[in-house]
Amino acid sequence: MAVILRTEGLNKVYRLGSFTRSREIRALNDVNLNVESDTPVIVSVVGESGSGKTTLAKTLLRLVQPSSGRATIYDRVVAGPGVRGIDKQFLAAVQPIFQNPFEAFSRYRTVDSYLHETAIRVAGHDRAGATDASAKALAAVGLDYADVRGKYTNQFSGGELQRVSIARALIPGPSLIVADEPVSMIDASRRMIIINLFRRLKEEAGRSFLYITHDLATAYYISDYVAVMSKGTLVEFGPARQVMADPQHAYTRLLLDSIPTTRTRWRPRKAAA
Amino acid sequence: MIRLDNVVASYRTGRGSINAVDGVSLEIPDGCILGVAGESGCGKSTLMKLIYGDVQSPMALAAGSIEYGFADGRGQPITSQTIRQHWFSRISYIPQSSMNSLNPVVRVGSQFVDFPGADPDKKRVLEQVRAYIGKLGLPVETLDAYPHQLSGGMRQRVMIAMATFFQPDLILADEPTTALDVVVQKDILMLLMELQEQMGNTILLVSHDMGVHYQVTTRMLIMYAAKAVEYGESESVFRAPLHPYTRMLIDSLPTIGDDRARDGIPGRPPSLWQELRGCRFADRCPLATARCRSEEPALVEHRPNHFAACHHAGELLAPSGGPAWQ
Repeated sequence: MAVILRTEGLNKVYRLGSFTRSREIRALNDVNLNVESDTPVIVSVVGESGSGKTTLAKTLLRLVQPSSGRATIYDRVVAGPGVRGIDKQFLAAVQPIFQNPFEAFSRYRTVDSYLHETAIRVAGHDRAGATDASAKALAAVGLDYADVRGKYTNQFSGGELQRVSIARALIPGPSLIVADEPVSMIDASRRMIIINLFRRLKEEAGRSFLYITHDLATAYYISDYVAVMSKGTLVEFGPARQVMADPQHAYTRLLLDSIPTTRTRWRPRKAAA
Repeated sequence: MIRLDNVVASYRTGRGSINAVDGVSLEIPDGCILGVAGESGCGKSTLMKLIYGDVQSPMALAAGSIEYGFADGRGQPITSQTIRQHWFSRISYIPQSSMNSLNPVVRVGSQFVDFPGADPDKKRVLEQVRAYIGKLGLPVETLDAYPHQLSGGMRQRVMIAMATFFQPDLILADEPTTALDVVVQKDILMLLMELQEQMGNTILLVSHDMGVHYQVTTRMLIMYAAKAVEYGESESVFRAPLHPYTRMLIDSLPTIGDDRARDGIPGRPPSLWQELRGCRFADRCPLATARCRSEEPALVEHRPNHFAACHHAGELLAPSGGPAWQ
C-alpha cells in the first residue's frame, strides 16, 4: 500500500522570550502518524488551540522546519533528513487551503490572477492553457469562470472566496490538499457546501485531504481517519468512526462532550462534578 | 419586558439607504436567554446595536421604538435615546472579539476601574473586582496582566466579568464564543448560564451555531434578510420548527453518530438593494408557491408563544425534496 502520510518522531520546539530568559514551547512532541491506503483518504487532525495541529500542517507544507524527525507524503520525504529542495513536483503534489480566504488573497489583486499564476508557474501551462485550467478548476468547485474573472476579494462572500481558493489548490492536480480550518470563517448554514465538496473531490477526483479543525462534527462527517492532538502530542489516532464511537483517551472524550449538539443537553456543572 | 415595535434600522450609503433590520416587532420577557440566529448579513448584529443604543452614523433608527421596561433613578422610563447613560449598569455588551475590545496598553485591572459610574474609591473597586473575578474562575494575577498575555478564553472571561460586574438587567452577547474552541466554548457558555441563573437578568445571545442555541437558550428568534421569521420558546422551536428556514438551519450541521448526508442551505439570501416582494425566503424554499412570491407573510402566533412568518408554517419538509403534509 502507498504511504499517503507518515511522520516519524516529529518534533518542533519554538523558543520565546529573550536570549537570557527564553522559554520553550513544544508545538510538536514526538508525533508518529502513519496513513497507508491505496484509495484517497481524508485525515482529520482535531484538537484545541495550541494543540500543535497548525504546526503539523505547516511542517508538511514546508513552511516550518521541524526540530527533529521526518515526514513523508506519498513516498516522498518532505521534512527532516533526506529532504530535497522545494521544486515544482512538490508544489504540484501538496497544496494548501488556509483558514481565512480574505487574508490568503491580496485585496489589491483580482483573484483570477492567482489561478493563472498557479497554472503557469506550478502546473506549467501556457497562457491559453492557464485560462482553460482555471475555468476547469472553478467548474469543479461549482463556480463559473466568467463570474470570477476580474473580481477582487471584496466582491465575494466568504464561502465563494474559499471555493476559489480550493479551485486554485486543485489546478496543479495535487495528491494531497492540506486544509487548515477551511470552514471556521464560513457561515454555519453554508459550511456543508465546502465539506461536501471535499468529499466529492476525494471520491471523484481522487484527492486526499488533511483536514485540520476543532469541529469534531464535520470531522466525523467526512473523515476516514482522525488524529486527536493535545499540547503537541498525538493522543489518539484511528479510523474516524471507531475513534468517535469509542474514544480511548480522556482528552478525546472531553472534546466530544464539549460539542454543542441538538440532541442532549449539557448537565449543569455542579451536578456533573 | 423589552418591547420592540416595528423597528427599522437603516444604513446610509453612497447608493442610498438600506434597511438592515426591517420592521421587527418583539416582546422579550424578563429573565430569559434569547438566542438570535440567522446567516451573516441577516441583521442580527444590527438588531443588537439598536437595542444597545449604539446608533451611530451611517446607521440610524429609521422607524419604530424600543421600550426597555426599566426606569432610571428618577422614575423616568429608559428609551433608546437615554439607554447610553446606563451602559454597564443596566445594559451591557459582550463582543465577539475580546482582543479588539480590551485596551492593549492598559492592564486588565485598570480597565475595570475605568467604568463610568464606578465608586470613586479605586482601591475599594479593585477589592470588589478581585473578589468577583475569583468567582468566575479567573486567577487574581489576571488583573495585573495586559490583554495579550491572556489566552482567548481568559480574555472572553474578563469581558464577561466586566459585562456582569454591576449585575445589569440586560446583557447582549454577540457571538461570544465563535473565536474559541469547543472546550473553552462550553466553559464560557456554562458560566453565562450560571450567572444568568444567579442574577435572573435577560441575556440576548447571537450565534449562528444552532447547537449552542439548543444548549443555552430558553427562547429563539430566527432572522432572515432583515426580518424576524420565527420567534418562540426554544423547546417548541427545536422540537417542531414552523418556518422551513429554521428547519433547514437545524438540519444543516452534521452530528456525530448520524451518517445522513447534509447539504447546507443552497442559494443565498436576496440582496437588500433590490425591491423585495412577498416572502424573502421564497427563492430558496422548497415549499414556495405563487402566493409566497406575491404576498409577504406576517409574523403570526401559530402555537401559544410561538410565532412564524410563513404561509406554509408547520408543513413538513420531506427529505426527498417535495413537500409532505403534516
